Parts: sequence; structure tokens; C-alpha cells
Amino acid sequence: MSVSSRFFDGMSRRHFMSHVAGAAALAAPATAFTNSILANAADLKKRHKAAILLWMGGGPSTMDIWDLKPGAATGGPFKPISTSADGIQICEHMPMMAKQMHHMSLVRSMSTREADHMRGRYYMHTGYVPNPNVEHPSYGAVIAHELADQVPDLEIPPFVSVGSGSVGPGFLGMSWAPFVVDSNGNVRNLDMGIDPTRLSQRLEMLSAIEDKFIGEKRGASSDDHAKVLSKTVKLMTSDQMGAFKVMQEPKDVQDRYGNTGFGRGCLMARRLVEQGVPFVEVDLGGWDNHADIFKTLSDNKLPELDKAMAALVSDLSERGLLDDTAIIWMGEFSRTPNINGNGGRDHWARSWSVAVGGAGFKRGVVVGETSSDGKEVVTEPYSAQDLMASVLKSLDISLETTFTAKNGRPMKIANAGKVIKELFA
Amino acid sequence: MARQLQAGWCCVASVVRRARLLVVLCLLSAAPIAALAREGDEHFGLPQVKFINEQVAAGWSDAKLKPSEPASDQEWCRRVYLDIIGRVPTVKELDDYVADSSPVKRANLVGRLLGEDYVDEYARNWADVWTTVLVGRSLENDNVNRSGMRQWLRRSFSKNIPYDRFMTDLVTATGVNKAGEKGFNGATNFLSGKLEDNGIQATAKTAQVFLGLQVQCTQCHNHPFNKGKQNQFWEFNAFFRQTRALRQFEGTRDVQAIELVDEDWAGEGGNASQAELYYELRNGQMKVAYPVFIDGTTVDPTGYLPAKMDDGTDYGVNRRRALAQLMVDSPLMPKAAVNRVWSHFFGYGFTRPIDDLGEHNAPSHPELLEGLGERFREQSFDTKELIRWITLSYAYSLSSRIAKANAADDPAVGEKPKFSHFYLRQMRPEELYQSLLTATEADQAEEKGEKAARKKDEWLAQFIIAFGTDEGDEATTFNGSIPQVLMMFNGDLVKTATETGKGGFLDRVATSDMTNAQRIDALYAAALARKPTRKEIKLANQMMVARKGDAISALQDIWWAVLNSNEFIINH
Repeated sequence: MSVSSRFFDGMSRRHFMSHVAGAAALAAPATAFTNSILANAADLKKRHKAAILLWMGGGPSTMDIWDLKPGAATGGPFKPISTSADGIQICEHMPMMAKQMHHMSLVRSMSTREADHMRGRYYMHTGYVPNPNVEHPSYGAVIAHELADQVPDLEIPPFVSVGSGSVGPGFLGMSWAPFVVDSNGNVRNLDMGIDPTRLSQRLEMLSAIEDKFIGEKRGASSDDHAKVLSKTVKLMTSDQMGAFKVMQEPKDVQDRYGNTGFGRGCLMARRLVEQGVPFVEVDLGGWDNHADIFKTLSDNKLPELDKAMAALVSDLSERGLLDDTAIIWMGEFSRTPNINGNGGRDHWARSWSVAVGGAGFKRGVVVGETSSDGKEVVTEPYSAQDLMASVLKSLDISLETTFTAKNGRPMKIANAGKVIKELFA
Repeated sequence: MARQLQAGWCCVASVVRRARLLVVLCLLSAAPIAALAREGDEHFGLPQVKFINEQVAAGWSDAKLKPSEPASDQEWCRRVYLDIIGRVPTVKELDDYVADSSPVKRANLVGRLLGEDYVDEYARNWADVWTTVLVGRSLENDNVNRSGMRQWLRRSFSKNIPYDRFMTDLVTATGVNKAGEKGFNGATNFLSGKLEDNGIQATAKTAQVFLGLQVQCTQCHNHPFNKGKQNQFWEFNAFFRQTRALRQFEGTRDVQAIELVDEDWAGEGGNASQAELYYELRNGQMKVAYPVFIDGTTVDPTGYLPAKMDDGTDYGVNRRRALAQLMVDSPLMPKAAVNRVWSHFFGYGFTRPIDDLGEHNAPSHPELLEGLGERFREQSFDTKELIRWITLSYAYSLSSRIAKANAADDPAVGEKPKFSHFYLRQMRPEELYQSLLTATEADQAEEKGEKAARKKDEWLAQFIIAFGTDEGDEATTFNGSIPQVLMMFNGDLVKTATETGKGGFLDRVATSDMTNAQRIDALYAAALARKPTRKEIKLANQMMVARKGDAISALQDIWWAVLNSNEFIINH
């Protein structure tokens, strides 16, 4: 296979060179750069769907956030407050989100079985329980895979994970792996430091070695390596990388999201979606509160979450992006209704809540109900695959899609979950 | 198993099986047989190698597969250096091996790599592997002193401590975890960060690493789909309750060192002669647990440590010591060990994941797993012998080129491995780091020991993603994704490897009295252990022209391309 088709992935050599030359623009004044991005965003934002997953690593206690049980022995000290959505009450430590709840909906009837971190993380990300013989693709890989055609000019990875590793692409292959960045948007080792002609000569030499090794038929990983090389070259030479530069936002916008890792991550998610990235995951860890949970939540976790999430929802709405952008808030599971001897809550998957909004979701509704002590779902229970199917539907992705796993077995998208119909008009 | 086979003449089933094995060996394609014959004894006189070869071949026959051709000398040499000492061979080491005309040259090389000449590199490599297994790669954990952990591991591997003692020392360690402190014992680092919350992590990790049991879910409930019961978790946990981690602080906040001590334990019921713990069932009911091993063996429930009474009689139990002995005697222990070592050399173990030997997770080669474990025990848990058997096995000698007759053997798509060809796998980041030092001859100038190891840790940190859970779960972006390629393209490590400064590697190649063709050959040998193809030579010559006779710049470009290739970073 020739160099141009392997590494430049359909781009002509001249096109490639112009991108390399464009990399010099990285040194250009920031304003000019920002302007070109804004112009691009205006152009792109009407045309593509996207999703932002707010991943709450560790398993947040949803009965202290979205489904309060004041007065119950299991209820904890927090009080519910009313919100901008009729009849929805949430935790008093989420006052800013309370003003945005007309954009969001709650599913209070999640009921799952995976209460181990790694298993729960895998299950909630893929809709499948871990299986030693097959690796399933996560939300980001599935959605990027299905929506990539909508953004043919995208030169940066279609699946970006801010702060955490997310879950990988499974049988969809390394091309759909999450591109992991820190919340400051720093991408390491981006600078080539050599002139473009020389780089392309090096790549030609490299391509010959790659091709030879692939031609010897030793297994798929040699081919995957070449594919990722090609994506890397594309990214290195793209001015779309500016979307990661969250510090280029005006100060008041940065302040709105909060000067926290999660705040910057949410702001970056908005910038990336504007740029055309179909899937962004932003991680907020620290929810594994086996001890002293209430102080941790009220003083630390909830204020950080509230500010950034409320800013994201309202900002997307103001920019006209919310109707095309799904937001999913969830962790791997929730925490026990019973409060343990250390003033904490342990792992609990049987009855819990998630929040969704944007895209095709109906807004301002509550789906499902738990018992007065929070220990049981008393309405129809929903699973990870049901949630995933609903998110895909909100993005107009066909639930009839079937993938073929590497072993040749057909795999229905979202593990054939059923759509949570109350979330749709 | 070994005994059963030897006594097989009186057992019909065994006779049938043996006959089938003979048939299988005859069915192997002619070329490998010829290659084996050239080497005289295809088992190198080792019955354990014979056993592995027979078992793996039986699997090929069951699956109607034929193995690939053997790998070339160069490929095999590169592979065995990478796997045993964690780096590619130097050009001289490669040439020496290829030039060796002995029929047992493979056994000779393995012997050398396991011998005195390479003892430091062997210890460094296996200390890296086990540091990751025991405490992960993250530098964030205050309760672990990586340097102390690694020093202890390096010493253990340089002395080739038998595996049962190695495990016992880790599970029973007492002392201070930081080198240079009074009472230093680096082995304490395995547990020093795992004793919070009543030692839940110590329980889960000990069972997982040394017995291949996944018990972390049974902390809260009976396992939904294997036989794990909640009481077993807490009975296992009871073995860790005499142990405490005492923190020594530097200033007010920073943990300076941790001392692990065993103390008399009164139990949660306050009666030290029946020291019990309580755990909570899902329904809120409290249950009691005493130390009981996973096979049901009970241990005196006293919380007192061993001592003599006034009348001279012994009393008391050191629970961790009791546990270590039960683990040594357990049939799971050698199985978990050989499964881990096998997967190190083949990329896949007999089970997936390798540390789940539960009944729900059937191994690909149950008799081989069992039998190899028994032979490991018979050999007094000599890890170097186990490595010798595995690396001299026929399966380990096979090419990574997939043949038509074994294309179905692809564990990457979820099939159980049959080891009919060598499976590609990317170097571990530690292997890449070390290989770049070796390939650029920078290893000589490099600091030795702990200083070098810390430098490597800092470089590794860029790839580590911590998940922020109590269990310290982590992942790496050194997985063939874009950040890794960016690091290879533009990162400091490769920048250093390709620099052209005076006295550096490329400068030495460029100013040596070689022809340009020989220079290119040298770069290919150092990184890829092969000669360049005609096409590659042509491209390299074009590069020389493009750099207008600036030979060192052209070599730099070629070297950059070679180091960035799939062929370099993939162990094949």
C-alpha cells in the first residue's frame, strides 16, 4: 500500500502539506486563532449530533443528589429544594442545577447488579457485563463510530475523554479508542520541531517498514499501529487542536464553569462539541465515600459538580447546541441507603438515579420511583442497556444497528436494551 | 499429574492419551520436525519441556491446527532477550547468537540470560514486572514506597529466592517500608497501602495475586456466578487483623514511612482468645467470622501472637504466617504462579484474566496448567527453572507469522489460546524504555539501580490514569493509542535516542569507518534484529540524497522511522 493511502488517509499530499504549514499558525496570535474556531463552530453546530457523558467515578450517592428521602432513617441530613422543572426536587447543595432542571430529566428507577468498581464501570459504559472472551465498545466508541460520518472534516479524535480513561473501543478497534487529555487541555508531545518536508520523508520511510511487517501477516495489532499513526499525523497537523485550549476562553466564561478540573473539563467539552467532536466524556472522581459522606458531599463534591454542570447545560442551551447534544450524568453505581458505622455509604446498585438531557430527550420529567427508604425501585426498573438505547435514540442512532465482534458473532447495539419511553415525547 | 502419567501403563485412558500424543507429534509438518532433529533432543533433555510440548501439541490436534514454522534465529533471540531481561539484544549479542553453531544454542542462550552475566538485568526486569503486579504503576500512593518495594524485589530476583518464600515474605512482612530507615523491609510495601478499612484491599489482592481468586465482590455479598461466598471473604480477611500499619510523619502531613507490625488482637468482641470480627449481610444482619482458609481449614481463633506461657508451653498464632503456610500448601498457589509466568512469555495465560482461576473460568489447557504447577512445586518453586522450561518449549520457538492451518488460533478475537503461533504484543513501557537505552548504547552511561529506576518511573507517569477508587484501580494510555504514538514521534525519550550530538550513538555510527550501507545495516540490527530490505535500502539512500550528504541527519531520519515502527515496538 502506498504512503499516501496509509498515512494521509485519503488526503492528498498537497492537502497534507498545507496542514503541516498550518501548524505554524499555532504560534499566531490567539485571537485570530479563536476567531477561526468560532467561524468553524457556527458552520458546524447546526449539522451534527453529539453527546457529553459526565462520569462520576467511584459511585455517587444518588439519594443524596437526585432522589432525596427526607425523614427516612436512610435519608441523611440533606433537604430537597424545588427546581425550575415542575414537581422535580433535588438536593439543597445543587442550587444552580435547580435552575436548569427544565433542561434535564431524571431516571430514578435504575436497577443494576454490578457493585464492583471495575465491573460497574464496564457495565455502565458498554451495556454488557464483563466477559473474558469479548471486549465491548463503550458509549464513546459506539457514538463516535455512528456519528463520525456527520463530521467528515474532523481531524481530531471523535472520542475524547477528559481526566479519566473511560472504557475502550473493544471490538471496534483502536481507531475508536478514547483520546485522553487532562482538564487543562494540554496534549503532550504535540510539537514536531522539524520541517514538514523532512517529516514527510521520515513518514515515507516509516511507512515502508510498517507495510512490510503488516504484509507478513502476524496479526491485527500491526495494522492497528499503522491506523493510529495515520490518525496521529492528522491530528498533529490540525488547527482544530485549538479546541483543547480551554484557557483561551474569556475569563468570565471560565469563571462561570468554576476554577476546578471538572469545570475546565466541562468547558472543554463544550468547545470540542462546537468543533465537531461527537463524543466527550468528562470525569469527576471522588464519589467512593465509604466514610464521612455528608461533609464530603456538601463541602466539596456537590458544589464542584453543581457549578460546572449548571454552566454546561445553560451554556449549551444559550449557544443553540443543546438540542443536538445529549448530556448523560452517571456513575458506575450508587451507594447503600443504610449509613455505615463510619458515617459513609457503601456500594449499591439495586436502586439508583441518573440524569439525562438535551438532544432528543424530553426535558423536565422524572421517570420511575424508589421506595420511601430508597432500597427498592417500585416502578419498572431500568438497566444500563436501556439507558444506552435511550441515549442512542436521542441522537437518532438506529437501534437496529448490529456490529460484528472480532469472533464473527453479531452484537446488537446497546445490547438490545429497550428505550425508556417516558424520556421521549 | 506427573505421577499419573508415569504410572500410565496400567491405566487405559492414559495409554490412549499417550498414543494420541505420539500421533500428534508425527503429524507436525515436516519442516519443524527437521528443525527439531537438527537440534538433537527437541526437549533439551528436560522432562518438563517434553511435558509442555506434548500438552500443547495435544491441544493443536484437538483443534485441528498445525503450528507455524519456527521463528528465525534473529526473531527468537530478540524475543527471549525482551522477555527474560526486558530489553532488545545489542548488535553483538545478536551476532553472537546467530553465529553459534551449537545444536543446543537456544538452551545455551537461555542459560546465559538466567545466569550470572545478566543477573542485574534479570532482576531489574522482574522487579519491574512485579512492582506493577503488587503496587501498580501510579506514583500517587503515599502509603507505598516504590523504591523500597523495588529494592526488595531486585534483591529477591537476583538471589532467585524460591517462589514460596518470595510469597511468604510478602504476605508476612513486618518492618519499615522505606530504604535507609531503621528496620527496613521493602517487602512491607505490598501490604502497607492495603490495610485501611480493616484490610479489605490486602484480602482481595493477596487472594487475587497469589491464588488466582477474585474475591473483591464477595466482600458485600455472595458471588452472583461463582462459588465465592461472603463468609469466605471475611474469614480470609480475619488473617490480616493482627497487622497494623504505623505511619511515621514528616512535618505534619506527609507520610515519611510506614511500619508494619503484628500485635495481639482482641477481636471486635473483645475476647482475645476467640478474636472475632463481624460483617454485615445485605439484609443488615451481622455475622461473625474467624480465620478460615478458602479450602475450609480452620486456624486457632486466638488473637494472641505466639509466645510461651509461664509453664513453658506455647500459645498464640501469627495469623499471617498461618495464612502463608496454607497458601504454600494450596494447589491454587503454583497454578496461579505458572499461569502468570506463562502469560508473560506468551502474551496469554491459560485463563483470562490470568488471576481468575475460579471454577466458572475454565482454563484453555487444564492438564498443562495443573501439571506445570506440580512440576514447579517439585522443583522447589525455582522461578528460573520454570522460565527455562517455558522459553525452551517448542511453542515459544514458533514464528509470529500466522499460517493458513492456524489462522483460527486468534485469542485477540476471544478464542482460547492454542499457542500454535507466537502472539504479537506490544512491549511494556518499561521494556520500551530499556530497549531504547540499549539500542542507542546509552545504557552504559546511565545511572544504575534506584536512581535509574526513579527516572523511569517519572517517564512512565505520563501514561498512568488513576480511576480514583478505594481499590487504586488504574489504566494506561501506553496501549497503542494516539498519546503513545505522539510520545514516540516527538517525546523526549525518542528525541534523546535520535540526537546527533558529539559522542552520542548516531554520531558514533556516522563517524565510524563503516560504509553508508553498513551504517544502515547497523541501525536495523540494533532496533529490529534484521537486515533492511531492498526497498528500505532504496528509501534510505534517497534520504541520504535528500540530506545532501549530511550523513548524520539522514541516519537520524532513518533511525527515527525504525524506532517508530510497529516492528520495533511489537514483540514478535
